[in-house]
Amino acid sequence: MAVPLIELRGVTKRFPGMKALDGIDFAIAPAEILCLAGENGSGKSTLIKIVSGVYAFDEGTLLIDGVPVSGFSPRAAIAAGVQVIYQDFSLFPSLTVAENLAMGRLLSEGRRLVSPAECRRLGAQALARLDVAIDLDARVGDLSTADRQIVAIARALMSETRLLIMDEPTTALTGREVERLFTLVREIRARGIAVLFVSHKMREMLEISDRICVFRNGRKVEEGPTTDFTEARITRAMTGQDLGHERYGWTGDAAAEPRLRVRGLSVGEAVRDVSFDLRAGEIVGLSGLLGSGRTELALALFGMEPEHRGTVLLDGTPLSLASVPEAVEAGIAYVPEDRLSEGLFMSQSIARNVVASAIERATRGPFLSDDAMTALAERTVADMKIATTDVEKEVGKLSGGNQQRVIIGRWLLTGPRVLILNGPTVGVDVGSKAEIHRRIRELAVKDGLAVLMISDDVPELLHNCNRILLMHRGAILDDLDPRGLEEDDIHSRLKTLR
Amino acid sequence: MMTLAKLMRRSETAVFLIVAAIMVVIGLINPAFWQADNLFNLLRANVIIGIMALSVLVVMISGGIDVSFPAFAAAAMYLTVLAMNAYGHEGVMLPFIGATLIGLICGLANAFFIHTFRMIPLIVTLGSASVVRGLLLGLVGTSIVNIDRMPPALIAFGRSSLDIGGAKLSVMVFVYLAIAGAVWLFLSRTLTGRSIFAYGDDAESAKRVGFNTRRTVYVAYGLAGALAGFAGLLHASMIWLANPRDFVGYELDVIAAVVLGGASIFGGRGSVLGTLLGVFLLVLIKNSLIIMRVDNTWQGVVVGGVIVVATALTAWRDRKTLA
Repeated sequence: MAVPLIELRGVTKRFPGMKALDGIDFAIAPAEILCLAGENGSGKSTLIKIVSGVYAFDEGTLLIDGVPVSGFSPRAAIAAGVQVIYQDFSLFPSLTVAENLAMGRLLSEGRRLVSPAECRRLGAQALARLDVAIDLDARVGDLSTADRQIVAIARALMSETRLLIMDEPTTALTGREVERLFTLVREIRARGIAVLFVSHKMREMLEISDRICVFRNGRKVEEGPTTDFTEARITRAMTGQDLGHERYGWTGDAAAEPRLRVRGLSVGEAVRDVSFDLRAGEIVGLSGLLGSGRTELALALFGMEPEHRGTVLLDGTPLSLASVPEAVEAGIAYVPEDRLSEGLFMSQSIARNVVASAIERATRGPFLSDDAMTALAERTVADMKIATTDVEKEVGKLSGGNQQRVIIGRWLLTGPRVLILNGPTVGVDVGSKAEIHRRIRELAVKDGLAVLMISDDVPELLHNCNRILLMHRGAILDDLDPRGLEEDDIHSRLKTLR
Repeated sequence: MMTLAKLMRRSETAVFLIVAAIMVVIGLINPAFWQADNLFNLLRANVIIGIMALSVLVVMISGGIDVSFPAFAAAAMYLTVLAMNAYGHEGVMLPFIGATLIGLICGLANAFFIHTFRMIPLIVTLGSASVVRGLLLGLVGTSIVNIDRMPPALIAFGRSSLDIGGAKLSVMVFVYLAIAGAVWLFLSRTLTGRSIFAYGDDAESAKRVGFNTRRTVYVAYGLAGALAGFAGLLHASMIWLANPRDFVGYELDVIAAVVLGGASIFGGRGSVLGTLLGVFLLVLIKNSLIIMRVDNTWQGVVVGGVIVVATALTAWRDRKTLA
């Protein structure tokens, strides 16, 4: 390897009570795409913050172009050509694309006045460099997430950038947008710029990177060319154990009355004449592109689309599904896609969040009983293996995986007969993910819960579902048996749908 | 290039169309509405509310809210008029600078508390409004300065008008439009002005990109206070009266006008043009109610109703674009 752009030698970073990074050797070369893999708390974010100068480290050396540097600060990092694109992009929705692009330059030049023509010129330059076309006069708030990300990338590349750090850049993108992003990242590499990529999605890491570095508990546990890695090897390195990837098999009575019988369900133009059965103990996957109508279908089953047409029978009883309370009463639970805005009360305690949907189980007379609430919450915490010692802790302070377990645990308290999961492990790390999957399977097998799982994560569906429904433009195209199917079979199926 | 579709989606267009529709209807009911005298009077009635609305607009874009401007306006006006009388000052330049400075200092005090202690703007400005009004009435006095004791220079300034085809158009309308133009230039063409939008969008990101967000907050509230102080004295010169209890209840009308003009209470959105139209719409509605001899109490019902409907419409539109 040529002289690395940035190199860390034996870097240790301590926080009170823990070592966030422990004697890390790390290097990234020009024109290299390096992926950082690791669970939450493995030290990836700390590493990014050290490389971008936000954190000072306690031991070790940082070298730029082979020369040791002391007192590395954010300013020094920017001067060295390090640019970070955070998950929230740090853009301004009210300002135009041109202004967002030009603002950094104008500020660093200490300008007082803003000329729209100059903003447009600087912005056009920045976009031309990436060879993309976005309306410079559009307000950033009116752009799609993917376009906003491109604006953020274009802005980051306006200065003399040599290393671009991207923190989970694909989280909010659809499949096609991810491909466009990857093409862009490869073009950036072709210009000699190094890209440090942080992702939870292993498939993407394997597709885009030249090299992979795996972190666990503040240590670098594996490193090597991407060609040496498989998903299983990354998972093993990240978690330190082999997670069983045994597929889910369903052994029920196919002739029995299905738990949920959906016939001719339509929701406006989004869902058209959908019919399917869901039996007790089944885990049925629902796959399809964004906008295929899968979320609307789930919402209709949860009583949030009162305008739907068609019939839904639960254990043979017709449901009108005109409101959420009605669906909950009937035994349908829905874990939404965006747990931040649709599911959890972040500033409230775990206990309160857990009982939120089953308040009647924690009352004494007309009043809420603290004792009953705590008891229920503690049982759920144990049941879902939520990592906390205190049910009074704020939910916002838990990791993504644990938050997701709180939501699932909450719905289990309502005694559901049908559980609808929308992206059950989005933004959750591998270990937590396996734990959530284990729990869902257990519920299906032991309690005979019928599960409908919507996910973009194809391996997740393949491993946990006994059937996969493929949805496109509001209709169910196919009912697949995952046995004998591989990831690529489904991916190529999804690609043909575009 | 702004296409027609884009133009139609702007809230300014909607407000403009509503204004035009109302004017046509009133004109049909009472053709005297279109007489130059009446229209000029209408414009004159925009001036004070309008300058105050511009002051609130700046704060609202930054993601805050200001309910202290009526108190600041009253204090700046009353103190300046008393000082003019005490020193027998004959000019108007210096008094207007003084009133503006009094407002500016009050506004900077707001900014100090909001920025240093990360306090909620509504609470800070409610508090400062109460303190300023209390001090004014308690320490300075409660007696109204009537026309007989008003500084003649001030009255003369407030009366100055242009003769256009026999009708008199107050020069104050031009003062108002000049201020609007200046605020527009400031908001759209200076980096500090843009930083107010950026700060209203996302304060953290604004800091990350390199804006001096402390200055942004001080400029936003300082400017708001200064405009309020100026408007206060201008009001006294236009009505030939300085009442320390003036401007009570202006909060509702002014904030209503700004919201009608399309500004978002959550920050980041709002325009000078929209605000001017919002003010015009509000004044138009209130004036027509007076012409139609609608009782004062019922005017409140109409103004409140207009606010609720207008905000409901914008919220509905925003939700539609999100979906």
